[in-house]
Amino acid sequence: MNGGSGNLRRTTYRDAVREAMREALLKDRRVFLMGEDVGRYGGCFAVSKGLLEEFGPERIRDTPLCESAFVGAGIGAALGGMRPIVEIMTVNFSLLAADQILNNAATYLHMSGGLFNVPLVIRMATGGGKQLAAQHSHSLEGWYAHIPGLKVLTPATLEDARGMLWTALEDPDPVLIFENNTLYNMEGELPTDAGPVEIDKAKVRRQGRDLTIVTYGASLFKALEAADCLTKEGIEVEVIDLRTLRPLDDETFLTSIAKTHRALIVDEGWRSGGISAEISARIMEGAFYELDAPVERLCTVEVPLPYAKHLEDVALPQVDRIIPIARKMVQTNG
Amino acid sequence: MTAQSATRQKRAKIERDHGLHLLRQMLRIRRLEEKSAELYSATKIRGFLHLYIGEEAVAVGVMEALTPEDAIVATYREHGHALARGMSAGAIIAEMYGKQEGCCRGRGGSMHLFDDKTRFYGGNAIVGGGLPIAVGLALADKMQNKNIVTCCFFGDGAVAEGEFHESMNLAALWQLPILFVCENNLYAMGTALELSESVTDLIRKAAGYDVEARAVDGMNVLEVEAAAKKAAAAIRSGKGPYFLECRTYRFRAHSMFDPELYRTKEEVETWKRRDPISTFIEKLKRQDLLTDGDLEQLEREVSMEIKEAVAFAEACTCEPVEDLTRFVYSERRKV
Repeated sequence: MNGGSGNLRRTTYRDAVREAMREALLKDRRVFLMGEDVGRYGGCFAVSKGLLEEFGPERIRDTPLCESAFVGAGIGAALGGMRPIVEIMTVNFSLLAADQILNNAATYLHMSGGLFNVPLVIRMATGGGKQLAAQHSHSLEGWYAHIPGLKVLTPATLEDARGMLWTALEDPDPVLIFENNTLYNMEGELPTDAGPVEIDKAKVRRQGRDLTIVTYGASLFKALEAADCLTKEGIEVEVIDLRTLRPLDDETFLTSIAKTHRALIVDEGWRSGGISAEISARIMEGAFYELDAPVERLCTVEVPLPYAKHLEDVALPQVDRIIPIARKMVQTNG
Repeated sequence: MTAQSATRQKRAKIERDHGLHLLRQMLRIRRLEEKSAELYSATKIRGFLHLYIGEEAVAVGVMEALTPEDAIVATYREHGHALARGMSAGAIIAEMYGKQEGCCRGRGGSMHLFDDKTRFYGGNAIVGGGLPIAVGLALADKMQNKNIVTCCFFGDGAVAEGEFHESMNLAALWQLPILFVCENNLYAMGTALELSESVTDLIRKAAGYDVEARAVDGMNVLEVEAAAKKAAAAIRSGKGPYFLECRTYRFRAHSMFDPELYRTKEEVETWKRRDPISTFIEKLKRQDLLTDGDLEQLEREVSMEIKEAVAFAEACTCEPVEDLTRFVYSERRKV
């Protein structure tokens, strides 16, 4: 594992994902990319732009609009000795392939008593914030994290966008990678020799003593921004990036809560029955006596995401909502 | 003996050996299924149990066209396919017993038989769900330049699923080496084909994807075998996928929880007159390829095999409950 230590260079999340795919295609002949508009169009979010020219139509394989069949074909190809990367345009479309993901990819190993593992990687865009309304904006990664047999990754940083894919491809079991669509244009610096990163551990992205924010994906940056504001008031927030929703690394956030005694979960998924509920339950099980205040959650308001910007903004977790909740929690003394 | 008569005799022997082989395979399935029903009533087998009785000629005929390297994707009515493919009756019954010596350690049961040695990819119980898997297996073979056929079995019910149409399109679009075998037994569980499909002539569906197709009498093992061999040869020569519809009939209920309200006894009896096993026995006898003695011996051997398989399953052990959460994720890290 090497997150990289060389010279830094400017890049974007989109380019980091593309580089990760390019590296995988160069390193391993078994790897190929398949999905809607990944080739000639360059990917609906332009993530695979240029790969068709470099690797040809066999390995950068445009598919018809048939999520169930091409995800199932990914499973079959994985069983047949290949290492497919299947791209689904958005998590909402993945529901058309939910049968294959849940009933086949996640279950084959178990149903076959260990005979057939499925080394498949599925990438998809997730999340709101682009005014794409109720059929292109939802955050269902927490839903997939409910399913034993799957691994669910949510790279937020450039380092993870660059490094998680290869580790996922080396995994013998199906891995789902959720790329929040608001992150694709995010710019930043990445070491020139950035490489694979481990996918089993959460990371403390900011140290603090007063409150732990547990989050992932695009909400990470909202949490960090809120933490920067709060520090001016003397409130030091620790920010945990879960990175992987299944298996969930509870040790990292439980350790943090043992220090801060307060936990706020920020999740772009809906509140009821979501991953935030799971995290909250694990805090109750593992850190109840450490808490000085009730666990709080800031999630997406329980509506299908609306188109209008002012409504969508209010529906999603935002910095200006995190700050007052955090402030109030720190003032609470159990 | 003239050279001509020697050749004739040799040919007759081959024909006889082959006929006996096909008959044995069908009998093995029939007796395994009858025993399974019995074991179900005795509560040795639980869950769902879908019997293949009446449809044996399809699995047996098609398997003759496949090599050991070929891959098979089957449905939840797959004991016959598993047995005809070369999985042992003992491993199958032990699986239905839920024992760890079963082919899937008792994790799958009747509907989910798997075997890596014979490339048997289930045992798929979501109707139509196996077709995309077959597309992927064939894609992998094609990308790796292997001249291998993936044979995908499914029923007439699957034809109504979107995954059937998506898979036919992908297979044709990418010219994949897949033999699609539709086992048309006229009912999707209890719903008759004419209540499910606007076009009941299923091979016409294949024309929509420009896939070569043929319908055969699925009660006639020789006809199925010949058609499957022709189809497999076409696929191996690089002509892309092939759709083979085998018109057959399920003699028993859909599962063990089916009072059969949707079809008449007369209809079932009419089809039973076309029983793939008894009609084949008559044919072999008519051609002097089978004697009563041969048949008795065959039945004895098959009966012994099934008896031994049951004895094996009875002696099998339960997986320790501590192992429950194994096989959710692979036990080795890297692939």
